Amino acid sequence: MTLAIASAGLTKRFRSGQVAVDRIDLAVPHGAVYGFLGPNGSGKTTTIRLLLGLIRPTAGTHQLLDAPMPAAARDVLPRIGALVEGPAFHPYLSGRDNLRRLDAADRTVSPTTTDRRIDAALDRVGLLAAAGKRYRIFSLGMRQRLALAAALLRPRDLLILDEPTNGLDPQGTREVRLLLTDLAAAGTTVVLSTHLLSEVEQVCTHVGVMHLGRLVAQGGLAELRAGGAPRIEVRTTRPDAAGTVLAGLGLTDVDTHTDTVTALLGGVSAEQVAPALVHADVPLSGLRVLAADLEEMFVRLTGEGFDVSG
Amino acid sequence: MSAADLRTSPAGDADDADGKDDATGKNDATGNDAVASGEAVKPRSHTYPDDAGASPPRWFSTRFFRSELWLIFGRRRNWVGLAILCAVPILVNVATKMSGPSGDGPEFFVNITHNGLFAALAALALELPLFLPIAVAAISADAIAGEANLGTLRYLLAVPAGRTRLLAVKFAAIVVFASAATLLVAVVGAVLGLILFGGGPMATFSGTPVSFGEGMWRVLLVCVYITVMLTALGAIGLFVSTLTEQPIGAAIAVLVIALGSEISDAIPQLSAIHRYLPTHYWLSFGDLLRNPIAIDRTVPGLLSALIYVAIFTSAAWARFGGRDVTS
Repeated sequence: MTLAIASAGLTKRFRSGQVAVDRIDLAVPHGAVYGFLGPNGSGKTTTIRLLLGLIRPTAGTHQLLDAPMPAAARDVLPRIGALVEGPAFHPYLSGRDNLRRLDAADRTVSPTTTDRRIDAALDRVGLLAAAGKRYRIFSLGMRQRLALAAALLRPRDLLILDEPTNGLDPQGTREVRLLLTDLAAAGTTVVLSTHLLSEVEQVCTHVGVMHLGRLVAQGGLAELRAGGAPRIEVRTTRPDAAGTVLAGLGLTDVDTHTDTVTALLGGVSAEQVAPALVHADVPLSGLRVLAADLEEMFVRLTGEGFDVSG
Repeated sequence: MSAADLRTSPAGDADDADGKDDATGKNDATGNDAVASGEAVKPRSHTYPDDAGASPPRWFSTRFFRSELWLIFGRRRNWVGLAILCAVPILVNVATKMSGPSGDGPEFFVNITHNGLFAALAALALELPLFLPIAVAAISADAIAGEANLGTLRYLLAVPAGRTRLLAVKFAAIVVFASAATLLVAVVGAVLGLILFGGGPMATFSGTPVSFGEGMWRVLLVCVYITVMLTALGAIGLFVSTLTEQPIGAAIAVLVIALGSEISDAIPQLSAIHRYLPTHYWLSFGDLLRNPIAIDRTVPGLLSALIYVAIFTSAAWARFGGRDVTS
């Protein structure tokens, strides 16, 4: 299988000595929607800058759409739409004029289609009506939409989007999610850097997790989840008794609430649990196995700490 | 036509409805595409125009350059700057009309009442030490630092605009701005001067007058000379602009260089280095008004400016070509 993005030992050490990206081997399959996860400061944006050739790697190599970077930047970057570290436009130009400016910088598009492509892109992000206003007065959500429109100025084979729903209202978030699904269905590979796990669960097929500059996990979403530890949830009016039974079966991490008990299944099969509870006269109103939670997996990989990675 | 055909023969696809830049081989616009999983996809509500795909890169296009000019000349701040530049020739003309010629002023002023073209030259001489350098410093410092400061630099490079191309376009726009600013001052001065004081044969500094037509050419030549001088400063500004993300700081630095050079040029004890200073030959444009034109200072002036341009555009390229863009 060829990869839309492949890197080998990609490393960035800044002049300050800080290693922002540490020997990462990205593998983003063609057609994937790749959730690029990680706490703030874990190196996601630096990685995106490396991928686009904005900064030079200290070590390592990478390919975009099977072309070596940065050697092939001129040929391959036009096929890639990107949103890097939030929107940035000229404040005294209108939204539309800002897009026109970016389109003018692209050697590989026909100027005769510029206006139609700009309209199509603005329409896709729901900004057509406000595009004539100066960027200065745009709200954060409108700015984000304009940046997305810039990434969609022409058909792309790969989209690299750094927190595209940042600052969007719930409807906007939903629209962007639908837009990404739509683009992915048409064959565009999407890399979605985000810290919103629900977003990942809803749209992503693959996940990569960054922590302290390292890529600590990568793979298909289902595959990664299967690697996680499933829990069982027992719904009952006597949680304490249920908890004792679960502990007696050898389940660990028993967590008792007012009407539910959850525990790590470990090596115990779920089928053994119900008979044991019934046998101990625990009234049972519900029983289900919880697949490994993405959030749990994320926390397991990147630690509980609230501190920004330094 | 297969996807492979499209990839290998991009030329001539512009009018072909299927000729899209679509490496996955799926057709964006018709809604007939099937996804890898084999599901039929409903027609897309949003489509790109039929010929939305890539056209082969053009070897030469002025589109990006025009966009850059529009960015400079469409900006209100720059309009205000140009208006201030216009104020000086207006002031020169009006003051001369009201008070008459000054008996012992600089050469250009004495002649204004004899020939309105001298109002243009007087205005240029007044603006060259400070106002024109300020204008060029502001524009050239903005070139890269301004885009970096806004964050638009990363998006231009991701397009990709190309670093060398971006610098070339920025430098060309600086040259256009420098010539526009110079010509604006000259044209406002000359037109108003000719209205107020009339034209006719033009006195030259070496005595023999030249015809009015020749005088016009001489003024144009002065504008070209000043543009080249300002372009050298613009090249320095372009380089400074690649060093920082703060356009104001870069502009101040360029002004410090220009004024520092003028000050050094005025200190006799530093005469050994005078001819290497970037502003040393600036006011030599008066030599272009001799008959015949004196070249002992103007030619070295042009050479000096071209060397400054060569050094600092190369330095800007060397610096910017490998710089990490983290803004």
